[in-house]
Amino acid sequence: MLVLARKKGETIHLGDDIVLKVVEVSGDTVRLGIEAPQAIDIVRGELMQAVTDTNQQAIPADLSSLMGFKK
Amino acid sequence: MQIETKFHGQIEMDSQMIYQFPTGLPGFEEQHQFVILPIDGNDTFQVMQSTEEAGVAFVVANPYAFVPTYDLKIDEATVNSLAIEKEEDVFVLAVVSVKEPFEQSTLNLQAPLIFNRNNQKGKQMIVNQSTYSMRHPFQEEAK
Repeated sequence: MLVLARKKGETIHLGDDIVLKVVEVSGDTVRLGIEAPQAIDIVRGELMQAVTDTNQQAIPADLSSLMGFKK
Repeated sequence: MQIETKFHGQIEMDSQMIYQFPTGLPGFEEQHQFVILPIDGNDTFQVMQSTEEAGVAFVVANPYAFVPTYDLKIDEATVNSLAIEKEEDVFVLAVVSVKEPFEQSTLNLQAPLIFNRNNQKGKQMIVNQSTYSMRHPFQEEAK
């Protein structure tokens, strides 16, 4: 993993059209500004992990339990 | 084409019925092709089955059947990656986390499955600031 030291207000360019900017540093929290094309998905890491976990736990062993259920 | 399924045995599927998920789903990034199969005797739910791995099969449901007021805005990244041109080409399903007893199952309303039936593409869209949960209870709607 590439690790770069940045100060408040400094930026990192990723490719031609993505810019990360350190907006604020306060204690152990860093606020990042992200400029990216609207076509790029931007998702917090823990949210991605939660979707991963939810998906992996979603698959049932069989369909017997839902057969009687009607909406 | 013949596909092996988790709940339906071996079935014959027209390749035009296959939805392409270019980036897979979170946790299942290797699965790029799914079909939507009916469940005999149950119109409320369907199965979204991977055509590449029989064991990967989600129970899915129309979220509006459970939450008629479900308010969803499809983001630009999804419009772009699914090449959505017309709203009427789009349909939405929610992954069901199946629990025992079944009434305690939940719907993932924060990361719905978005489909473009015009080009057979699909994607699980993750909503960053969602008023809906990843584990929305069935029961709540019974009140």
